[in-house]
Amino acid sequence: METILSISNLTKKYGNLTAVNNLSFTIQKGNVYGILGPNGSGKSTTLGVTLNVVNATSGNFSWFGGDTTTHQALKRVGAIIERPNFYPYMSAYKNLKLVCKIKEISEDKINEKLELVGLLDRKDSKFKTFSLGMKQRLAIASALLNDPEILILDEPTNGLDPQGIHQIRAIIQDIASQGTTILLASHLLDEVEKVCSHVVVLRKGEKLYEGPVDQMISSNGFFELKSENTDDLINYLEAHPNVKSTKILEGLVTAFIDQPMSAAAFNKELLEKGILLSHLVLRKESLEEQFLQLTDDLNDAN
Amino acid sequence: MFRLLSIELQKLLENRSSKILIFFSFILPFFIILLSSFKINFFGLFTIDLGSVGIFDFPYIWHITTFFTAQFKLFFAIVVVSMIGNEYSNKTIKQNLIDGLSKKEFILSKFIAIVFFALVSTLLIGLITLCIGLYYSGDTEAYYMHSEIIFLLAYFVKLVGFFSLCLFLAVLVKRSAFALGFMFILFILEWIVYAILAKNYDDDIATNIQNYFPLKSMWKLIDEPFRRIVLMKSPEKTELLYDYAVHWNEIGIVVVWTALFIYGSYKLLQKRDL
Repeated sequence: METILSISNLTKKYGNLTAVNNLSFTIQKGNVYGILGPNGSGKSTTLGVTLNVVNATSGNFSWFGGDTTTHQALKRVGAIIERPNFYPYMSAYKNLKLVCKIKEISEDKINEKLELVGLLDRKDSKFKTFSLGMKQRLAIASALLNDPEILILDEPTNGLDPQGIHQIRAIIQDIASQGTTILLASHLLDEVEKVCSHVVVLRKGEKLYEGPVDQMISSNGFFELKSENTDDLINYLEAHPNVKSTKILEGLVTAFIDQPMSAAAFNKELLEKGILLSHLVLRKESLEEQFLQLTDDLNDAN
Repeated sequence: MFRLLSIELQKLLENRSSKILIFFSFILPFFIILLSSFKINFFGLFTIDLGSVGIFDFPYIWHITTFFTAQFKLFFAIVVVSMIGNEYSNKTIKQNLIDGLSKKEFILSKFIAIVFFALVSTLLIGLITLCIGLYYSGDTEAYYMHSEIIFLLAYFVKLVGFFSLCLFLAVLVKRSAFALGFMFILFILEWIVYAILAKNYDDDIATNIQNYFPLKSMWKLIDEPFRRIVLMKSPEKTELLYDYAVHWNEIGIVVVWTALFIYGSYKLLQKRDL
C-alpha cells in the first residue's frame, strides 16, 4: 500500500507545554482517517507541523515517501485549517485564481469546483460578503482545486449552523466515496464515525490508539437491562462469570460482558433464575463511548 | 520569478487602498514634476517659471527630480507594511504556506514586488526628467546630460532599501501601524545615538558613524539640493560648498542594509510558528 504521510517521533513544545509528544503514525492511500482527541490534545499542532506552518521541536515527517520538499508536496495536498482564510477584498473566483498560481495548476477547474460546493452563482461576490458556511464551502473548493491526493480537514464544521454542518458533511462523504484519501481532525465523534474507516486517538499530545475504527477496543458490547426486581438482577450479575462490571442509572442496569453472548441466551438464563425483564438490549459501544472509555482508562492509570 | 510577481501583483492591485497609495507614491510625483515644468501664469499678476531658475537644466535636474520624488516613497511604505500586516490579520500567510508557497518564496514575492515598483518608478522619473531636461537645456547643458545620471541609480537603491526596511519591520511586529511607529522610533534612535556620540567625541566622528545607520544612509544617498540651487545662482557663496555627489560606498552601505533586512525577514518568518 502506498504511504502518503508518515510521522515519526514528532514532538512540539511551546515553552513548558508539550503539545505533541513523540507521536508516530502513517497515512495510507485510499483510507479515510479521523484524528480524535479533546480540545488541546495536539491535533491541530500535528497538522500544522506537516503543513509547514509550525516548526517541530524534534522528530520528523515525510510526504509521499520523502522524495520532495514539504512545500512541493503540499501542492499535491488539499488542506483546510480551522477557519477559512482568504483575501476579503477579492471575489471567490479571484481568490481561487490566486491559489491556482500558488499551486502552479491551471485555472480550468475553478468553475467546476465552485459548482461542486454550490457557489458558482456567487463567484464574483467578494469573500467578505460570504456567510461562515459559504466561506467554509469556498475553502473546500479551494482545497479540491488540484484534485488532491489527500484532503486534510481540521474541524471543518466548527461554528456552523445545523444546515451548514449538513452541507459540509454531505460534501465530505461525496469526496470520500470517490476514493480520495481524507484526514479529518475533529472532536465531534459522530462526525468521525460517519465517514472514517481508521482513527488515530490523541490525548495530551500522545497517541492512545491507531487502527481501524471497529477494532478500537476489544469489546463484546453490553446489555441494557430493566427489571421490576432490580436487587436480584444486580446480585445475579455480580456473581456472573462473564460480566465484567455493572452500572445502574435511574433503574437502567448496564452490564459489560467480556465474552460474546447472545441476548436470547442471556434472557433464557435469567428467566431460569426467576428474574423477569421488562427491557433487554444488547449494544456495542458507540465511538463516543469507546473514546471516553479509552481516555478514561488512561485517567485511571495516572 | 514571474509566478511570484504575478501572485503579489494580484494581491496588491485587487485592493483598492493599495491601488490609491501606489498612485500617490509613483504616478502623482510624475505629474507634479510635469506641471511644475510648465510656465504658470497667475491671472496675469505674476508668472511662475521654475525653468528660468535653471533647475531643469542638465545635470542639475537629475539631482532635483530624484530628491523630490523620493519623498513620495512614504505612501508606498504604507502599502509595504500593510501587505505584511494584512497577511497576518487575514491569516492568509498561513493559507499561502498550506497551499504550497514556501516561506522563502513568500518573502521573495514581497521583495520582487518592491523591486518591481521601485524599477517602474525609476523608469518613469528617468523618462520625464530626460524629456524636461532636453526641453530646457541648451546645447551646452545637453552635453552634461549623462553626467549625473547616477542619481537615478541612487534613487532606485534608496527606494528598494527603504521598502526593505519597511518589510522587515512589518514582519517583525506583524502589524502595519506598529511597523510605521517602529520606523519613527528608529529615526529618533539614530539621532539619539548621534547626539551621544557627538557629545562624547566630536561632531565629525558622530556624523561618520551615523552615516552607516539605515535611515541616515538612505537619506545620504541623495543629498538635499537646496544649497546647490543657491550656489547655482550665486557662485561666489563659497561657504555653501558641499559634497552632493552620489558615492559608491554610500550605495554599498544601503545595498548591505537591504540584504540584511530581507535575510532578517526570512529568518524571522522561518523561526516562527503561524
